[in-house]
Amino acid sequence: MTKKRRFSFRGMDSLIASVVSTLAGLLFGFILLLIFNPAKAGNGFLNILLTGVRSTPRLAKVLYTAAPLMMTGLSVGFAFKTGLFNIGASGQFTMGAFLALTGAISWQLSWPMCLLLGILGGAVWGAIPGICKALFNVNEVITSIMFNWIGLFTVNVLTYNNPVMLASAWGDVSKERTAALAKANLDAILPKLGMDKLMKFNGMNIAIFITVIVAVIIWFILQKTTFGYELKACGFNRNASQYAGINPRRAIIQSMVIAGALAGLGGGLYYLSGTVQLTLGKELSAMGFNGIPVAMLAASHPIGTIFSALFISYIQVGGDAMQPEFAREMIDIIIAAIIYLSAFSLLMRELLGHAKKRRQQVLETVEAPEDKPNANGGESA
Amino acid sequence: MIILADILNATVLFAVPLILVALGGMFSERSGIINIALEGIMIVGALVSCLFLSAVDKSGFGPANPQLSMLLAILIASVSGMVYSALLAFASINLKANQTIGGVALNMLAPAFAIVLTWAIQGQGNTTIFIPTWTRISAESIGVTDISTFLPRFLFKSFYLTTPAALLLLLASILVLYRTRLGLRLRSCGEHPQAADSVGINVYKMRYIGVLISGFLGGIGGLAFTLAAGSGFQSQVAGYGFLALAVMIFGNWKPLNIFLASLLFAFFKILGSYSSSIPFLPQFKGIASSEYIYMMLPYVVTMIVLILSSKKSRAPKAEGIPYDKGMR
Repeated sequence: MTKKRRFSFRGMDSLIASVVSTLAGLLFGFILLLIFNPAKAGNGFLNILLTGVRSTPRLAKVLYTAAPLMMTGLSVGFAFKTGLFNIGASGQFTMGAFLALTGAISWQLSWPMCLLLGILGGAVWGAIPGICKALFNVNEVITSIMFNWIGLFTVNVLTYNNPVMLASAWGDVSKERTAALAKANLDAILPKLGMDKLMKFNGMNIAIFITVIVAVIIWFILQKTTFGYELKACGFNRNASQYAGINPRRAIIQSMVIAGALAGLGGGLYYLSGTVQLTLGKELSAMGFNGIPVAMLAASHPIGTIFSALFISYIQVGGDAMQPEFAREMIDIIIAAIIYLSAFSLLMRELLGHAKKRRQQVLETVEAPEDKPNANGGESA
Repeated sequence: MIILADILNATVLFAVPLILVALGGMFSERSGIINIALEGIMIVGALVSCLFLSAVDKSGFGPANPQLSMLLAILIASVSGMVYSALLAFASINLKANQTIGGVALNMLAPAFAIVLTWAIQGQGNTTIFIPTWTRISAESIGVTDISTFLPRFLFKSFYLTTPAALLLLLASILVLYRTRLGLRLRSCGEHPQAADSVGINVYKMRYIGVLISGFLGGIGGLAFTLAAGSGFQSQVAGYGFLALAVMIFGNWKPLNIFLASLLFAFFKILGSYSSSIPFLPQFKGIASSEYIYMMLPYVVTMIVLILSSKKSRAPKAEGIPYDKGMR
């Protein structure tokens, strides 16, 4: 019982640390606004804080951009929890988007099938770094960086060689992007359940609900199943987990497949909204890289990822409203400051832990001695 | 032959930032700190040095003393990179924070800060800092008039002071890492910091030195990248920081291997843009937008080489682990 209480306390500490670093980061942002344009700083800051709740379309936009962020955040966070740094969420996101869109436009499938294809695309693209790491001992960071680019260029070649995918085949001028789903296949657009009319924002659909459910499922897998425990154990210490009978090679591949699938689902959800078209260029998708700060802010906790994705999406929408007085990149500075400050969280957690330890020592002198090993056991996790 | 000279010239031009930045990453990781922030460090180095170059261009000092200005720009890039990397060092050494998290924050901060600052200085919407043309060392300036033959073409088609600087720094890196006391101590902190501490080496200091050297080299690398890209500074370095990280792993955390890995990667990267003018390369006639196949080439080649050579790959043992004196 003591053990359980210790655990929940640890969660509290992380939460407090995150909240404090968020507030400090916002304060830092306010100071920056004051430096750059003192006259407009107050108004600009209010825009960051309040735009997301000022009108329903803006709120809908927050939810709409939070969904893919949550998925790439979960992807990075899941891999991180299992000891891998998945910097390849960008490529997996693009691959997922590509397969989902191929299903939607080229094969005229309905949206659930397209989402499954998206998951498949991401999973395959995640599996490759996993296999390279497990079988050939190639660092997953380098492989995922390489496969971000390989994925991007592969998608470009495949799309250009399947002209029906391009917007130009469906009555639009552009040849650099995929067809608008509103013209190509209405069945592939995610159901909006009337929310788009209600909130007056065309991109509003069920994506955000799907992602929240997925986040809970991921939390359950990591925290409550043997499978998740094995993956985490392998991340903590590969040799020890092997000694305990876990196949570390399989675990690494499984982790990367799941991480890739999550990012791929994010790609599917984003592009099946019907409001964006995949642009074929030479730049990696930013959505995949933005998953990294989302995961870091949440300390890789799946449930925390829900909130960190919502928060980052929220202040980004606020940042758009700050223009033209301030560049929207100000928001990136604030997010970076928050993440950097969360580095201090360990220090804070230690301080909080010291205070608690002292209190517990007082308690332990009162309690019966057989509780002692239990209390220490909680620490090793 | 002329095409070959052009290709080799461009290869060197694009290999220089990779060499510098990957060497920087190597020093940091050899001391035990994973430096994801290389991308951000490059951006900061490029930002400050490009601002300097455009300032001396306006004041007239630059065109009058071109290579002295370049030398100063290199110094400024290195110092700004060091200052920026100190943020990573502070978080990951003093605060014992997760090194990846600190690096991610710095990578996010640098481009955003660069855009905000460029706007503040150049006016809203002017996101590019142009590089003055006098920064290039032309063949004429050292008395070679005919650049139609192989050697002058290879050397001077696009030649900047950063190239000899990179070669010097490569030699210096090899010497420092393998032939000095500092290098030995640095490496020991990346392998077994407790053992290093037990013989009186200050682990925190060594790791600070490692990270600051990576900032020094990364900053210059940022300037070198902007020169190679040729279109001026646009608040980004196109993922070269991450590529350098890959090259560093590819080079097995060793300076000479990093040098060769950079050249190999840059060569295949350049090959793509010359593919149409090289007769014996396949042209993929039936495929639309086949240029993307060549763009994939350097990444695919790197992967193949990595898989083939992976058995020998070995990262510094203690990298990524914050040093805690009390730990067993």
